[in-house]
Parts: sequence; C-alpha cells; structure tokens
Amino acid sequence: MAQIEMNKQTAPKDSPLSEKKKESFHGYLYISPFFVLFAIFGLFPILFSFYLAFQRWNGLGEMEFMGLQNFKWILTDPLFWKALSNTMIMWVLGTLPQLVIGIILAYALNSVLIKFKSFFRVSIFMPYVTSTVAVAIVFGIMFNSQEFGLVNAILGNFGFDPINWGSSEWGVKIAISTMVFWRWVGYNTIIYLAGLQGIPNDLYEAATIDGASIRQKIQYITIPMLRPIIILTVFTSTIGALQLFTEPLIFIGRTYREEGITVVLYLYREAFSNSAFGPASATAVILFGIIIIFSTINVIIANRLAR
Amino acid sequence: MNQSNKINTFSISRLFVYTLLIIASFLSIFPFYWMFVMATNHNSAINNLPPAVIPGSQLVTNFTNVINTIDFFGAILNSLIVATFATAGTLFICSLAGFAFAKLHFKGKNILFIAILVTMMIPPQLGLIPQYIIITKLGWLNDLRAIIVPGLIDAFGIFWMRQYISSNVPDELMDAAKIDGCSTFRVYWNITVPVIIPAFATLAIIKFMYMWNDFLWPLVVLRDQSSHTIQVALRGLIDNYVRDNGMILSGTFWATVPLVIVFLLLNRLFISSLTEGAVKS
Repeated sequence: MAQIEMNKQTAPKDSPLSEKKKESFHGYLYISPFFVLFAIFGLFPILFSFYLAFQRWNGLGEMEFMGLQNFKWILTDPLFWKALSNTMIMWVLGTLPQLVIGIILAYALNSVLIKFKSFFRVSIFMPYVTSTVAVAIVFGIMFNSQEFGLVNAILGNFGFDPINWGSSEWGVKIAISTMVFWRWVGYNTIIYLAGLQGIPNDLYEAATIDGASIRQKIQYITIPMLRPIIILTVFTSTIGALQLFTEPLIFIGRTYREEGITVVLYLYREAFSNSAFGPASATAVILFGIIIIFSTINVIIANRLAR
Repeated sequence: MNQSNKINTFSISRLFVYTLLIIASFLSIFPFYWMFVMATNHNSAINNLPPAVIPGSQLVTNFTNVINTIDFFGAILNSLIVATFATAGTLFICSLAGFAFAKLHFKGKNILFIAILVTMMIPPQLGLIPQYIIITKLGWLNDLRAIIVPGLIDAFGIFWMRQYISSNVPDELMDAAKIDGCSTFRVYWNITVPVIIPAFATLAIIKFMYMWNDFLWPLVVLRDQSSHTIQVALRGLIDNYVRDNGMILSGTFWATVPLVIVFLLLNRLFISSLTEGAVKS
C-alpha cells in the first residue's frame, strides 16, 4: 500500500502565508476533477442504489416505499438462488484451475534452459488481449450442441456422445467456465512468472546442494515465496468471478436460461428487461454484500497464512 | 548418481516442460486461427463433420455480410473515439491529481488519498441503475459522452501516478523550479510530465484496453445502432434470427485483429504494463 510521506516544505522567501495558501488551493484544484466526477457518476449512484432498493419503481412513474419487500422478494426467488449457485459453481470451475495451471505454466516458463521463451510468453498471454465478447462468441460457436460442433466433434473422435452444451445443467457451466479460463490463465501465468523471477536463485542453489528434489523445491521455496501473489490473484479473480456477466449473456442470449444465469445477469434482467428498478437495486446491494463477505474471508485467510 | 543418468533425467524434465508449453501455446493461439478459418468459410462448412480446419474462399463474402448486418466501421470508429478520449482525459486528470498528492501540501491530503483507494473496492454494478438514470436525465443516451465522461474516473490511475511521481521526480527539482518563480502548474507541465512518460504509457495501455473491451455499460446506454461501440455491435451479429456463423466469426475476427496486431508489435510493453499494474496495486 502507499507509503505516506510528509515532506518539510522549505519556507518560501516572500509572503510565506499566501504562498502556502496558493499551494493548498492548487492541490485541491488538481484533485477536484476526480472528486467532482466521482460525486456525480460514482457516489450519488451508489447512495441512490441503496435508496432504490427500498422502493418500487419502473423508471418512469412515482416511487413507492416498499420497506424490505424487494429484499424479501429476491431472497425468496428460486431464480436468484439459482443465479447465485451458478456464479459460485462457475467461480470454482473457471477460476481455481486457472490458478493451479497458471503456477505450473509460470514454473515451466521460468526454467532457465527454455528456448523461445518470449514466443511462449506472448502466445500464452494473447487471449487476454481479446475482448470478452469476442471470446464468448468464438467459444459459443465451438461449444455448439450439435454433433458437428467443434468440441463435440473432437469428443466424438474419442467415442463420446455429443454433449448438449447450450442447455444442459453442466454443459452450459463448463462451456462458460472454459471461456473464462482461456482468457485469464495466461494473464495469471505472467503475474506468477513475475513473482517467480523475484525469488533469488541462491535459494534454489542451496536447496540443490542439499539434495532437494524438484517437488521439494516447489513445495518449500516456490509456493511460500509466491504466497502474496497467490493471495492477490485469488482475491482479484474471485471478485471478477462474482461479477460474471458478458460470457453468459452472449452464450445463453436473451433467454436468460436458468442453467447459466449469474447474479449480475439476474440484476441486468430485472432492471432492463423487467424495468423492476427496485428489485434490481436490491440485487446490487446484495451482490455488494456478497463481495464484501468474500473479500473479508480472503483477508482473514491471507492473514492466517501470513502468520 | 553418475553423469549419464543425470543428463537423462535432465532432458526428460526438459522434454516435459517443452511439451507443456507447446500445448499451452497451441490452445492459446488455436481459437484465433479457427476464427480465421471460419471467417473464410461458408456457413455450411461449420456443419461439416469433421469440422473445417483450413481457410476457405469466403473471406470477402463473409465480411460483406458483416457490413450489411452491422455498421462495422462506424462501430470501430466509435470505439476508437471512446477509448482515445477517455484515455487522454484519464492521463491528464490522473497525472495532475497524482502530482498534487505526491508533491503539493494541503490539508486532508492523506485522507483524501485513502478515500480514492477505497473507491477502488466498490463493484461497478452497484451504481449501475442510477448511473443509467443520470445519463438519461442528461440526455446522453446513445451519446458517446455517456461512456467517455464516467470513464474519466480512474482511482487506480491516480494511485499509479502518485507512486510514480513520488519516486521519480526529485523534490530538489521542484524546489529549484519554485525558487525560479515557476507556478505549480508549470512545475507539473514542464518538469513532471516529461519525466513520467513511462507511467503514461503503462496507464494508457491499461485504460485503452479497458475502454475498448468494455461491454456492460455501453450495452446499457448505447441503444441506437449508430452509437454502438464494436463490442456492442458484435453482439448484434449473434442476435440475428438467421445464424450465419461464417459472418459472425468474420466480424469477430476483424474486430479482434487490430488490438492483437498492436499487442504483437508492443508485446513487452503490453505484458509488463498489464501485469505490473495488477501487482503494484
């Protein structure tokens, strides 16, 4: 985090008071664009979301105070729970493998004797440059439910029956998780690689002299030294996974099929398909709460591990 | 352990590492290649078993169909406008604020800086609906300003600039300039800005890519086809009743190519910018 420094100011030669005032004034002036814009497009909307969560409103007519009705309505809606559990399942399917494979790939890339290192680095990172929409479109067509869909055709070569990716309970989730995995695994690999390169070589050399095996080196040197970066990636990818939206929207389309609906997609549907701004805002507030809970758990676990 | 045994295990692990990296690279690149294959094949080729894996002859036809379905170049232009203005504005606003936080003295500075950091924790969906209402009230629906102006808010950018300026612009230089009678803005413009070009490059790449790929917010406020950015326009391709996959992937391919080319040309800068930003924050 930012280290906060306080420098002693050399006293200006003439009229120190007005010079100081002038500097203060410029300081406030220079940071004001952020605060003005944030007040209008950030803070006010957030506060208003909390307000709207207790109202009934379709965006046009009069608002009507509902108390906790919106929350009650959402928390008893089976589709909301479906959306929440889908989000969690796809977080596990799409995010966790990413982190494990990312570490393995980073370890491979960090091997001293590998040639074409920059080729591997660039190609593994390339998916991250693609937009989420493009990824979802391409994989959506690859995961065509017919037997001639690319993935089904490959599976067919191994004697598997075609899988109904578009509308089966697990098919939809696996397809969406694959999109997330493909776009982010290289990004995390490069982050881990940066972490690996920060581990001093002496440690490995000392371990080699002591006769440590590769697995022991990974277990006792690499993983502990990478811990802060692992915590960081778990943190950011968890928050990202809770906000999953584009992939399912593109993949399952306007049908909002319940096999693939996520919390943000549920929110979007409430707001912009059903014009139910109250329940949609309540969903946003609930999502915010979930993110806070997850972040807190993350911080607690991180602190435990750091001890 | 004798010498030959050692070499043997050594090359086996090396073979393993190469195999792993080659598979990973193949899986990373293949979708790009396949996108190109489909973009050059007739829609019916997709229904073939086994699926087509070599480029066909429909490159021009498919792209013509794209242009007839969506305003492809208009959408690319909109994306360029949005990303360029938001990036330029962010660089200016964030470096100016970062400069103030790093080098100027004013009351409440630390608390204000921490407040900015806290805003980074808030999920963007929380204010989505009221933001939409504000944009409607401003009359900015279907107007690129709806994307550009809120896009100027960048807490990470201020954090990034402050850190860079703190550690790269010496206080002595500032003091000397002040004694010579430079105004604070001139100290920012003539002394700080030239020193922080690398920080600008990093932030510009992060911001430009973010704006170019952003989807949820443009989808909400850009309803009219003429205002679509490329990501929203691509969605229009799959929303058709007739699914012409050759056409869909042609549009997706040509929308992806520009950024990939820029990435390949500047890959070192890209990779370090996009990952450094994440690690430092």
